[in-house]
Amino acid sequence: MVTEAQVWDALAEIPDPEIPVISIVDLGVIRDVALENGNVRIEFTPTFLGCPALEVMRDAMAEKVRELGAEPDVQVVLDDSWSTDKITPQGREKLRASGFAPPAPRSTTSVVQLNGAIFRCPYCGSIDTTLENIFGPTPCRSLRYCNGCRQPFEQFKTI
Amino acid sequence: MNEQDERSLLEIADDELVLGWRDSEWTGIAPFLEEDVAFSSIAQNEVGHARALYELVARRRGGTADELAFDRSLSEYRCARLVELRLPEWERTIARHYLYEEADAKRLERLKASDDPEIAGLAAKIDREEAYHRMHAQMWNERLRGQARYDAALDELRPLLAANRDDHSSEFAELWDEMTTVRRSVPGATW
Repeated sequence: MVTEAQVWDALAEIPDPEIPVISIVDLGVIRDVALENGNVRIEFTPTFLGCPALEVMRDAMAEKVRELGAEPDVQVVLDDSWSTDKITPQGREKLRASGFAPPAPRSTTSVVQLNGAIFRCPYCGSIDTTLENIFGPTPCRSLRYCNGCRQPFEQFKTI
Repeated sequence: MNEQDERSLLEIADDELVLGWRDSEWTGIAPFLEEDVAFSSIAQNEVGHARALYELVARRRGGTADELAFDRSLSEYRCARLVELRLPEWERTIARHYLYEEADAKRLERLKASDDPEIAGLAAKIDREEAYHRMHAQMWNERLRGQARYDAALDELRPLLAANRDDHSSEFAELWDEMTTVRRSVPGATW
């Protein structure tokens, strides 16, 4: 009989399809795991609604559950329960170590801060960085430039 | 879901699908690389919002998001005239972007206050992403405001926000034909 802990461990092996250094558990998109009559019900929330990785993640989760010998029931929850604040501290560190600046914490006063928040270069640690483009190679990233080490870098958007 | 809610959600979904389609027409040919990336990303987000909204409506009344997006007749679409136009000029594209995001923000605020928790939740999620679209639109508006071509484009396009949603342009008829070709020629195809 499969346990919830086994399911969480198995899900933690699934890399984010677009940023494979971080697992989908570290990304904070798994909202709940529940066992119901031998079925494993997983509730997960997309990061961005137009993210093409959504189907890939859903199929990977179902596959992991089947490997554990249980029947998956993966529910996509389209509510407002995910924000970049759900990324775990380990997840943030993995992002930084691979050259993605982790998202700034959400401000309590405004939805998005691009100028007020401090954006630290993931390579040299300098906070002397400037916004190059709000949009980047995927919906979840912006492009910034570090004036310290003169490197462009990708900044995870705060949402 | 009452009829009024369903109507509002379909209006927004149709707007986002059609605008996403139009914005994606800049992919590869925007005036510079940053805007190529920006409009491609915005288009992807808008189509994602359309899908989520169609899914919510489809779940309540039966059917699928694809059927709502691509199997309706031309006259059943509820998109605004503003998003229908094919705008190969940059200043008109930015004027539309600015006008649309301002209007979209207002209706999202109303939806976020809905008594229906699924509608309010989805609206809040969409709004998190739209915040970046608004920031982009405002940045461009500040940059171009006061320039004759941009101001003229704002004056030209602003009235279209209030135009009758049952009255579609010939450009939308062409777009509808393009959008629905796959579904009409390969029944059951998914996006």
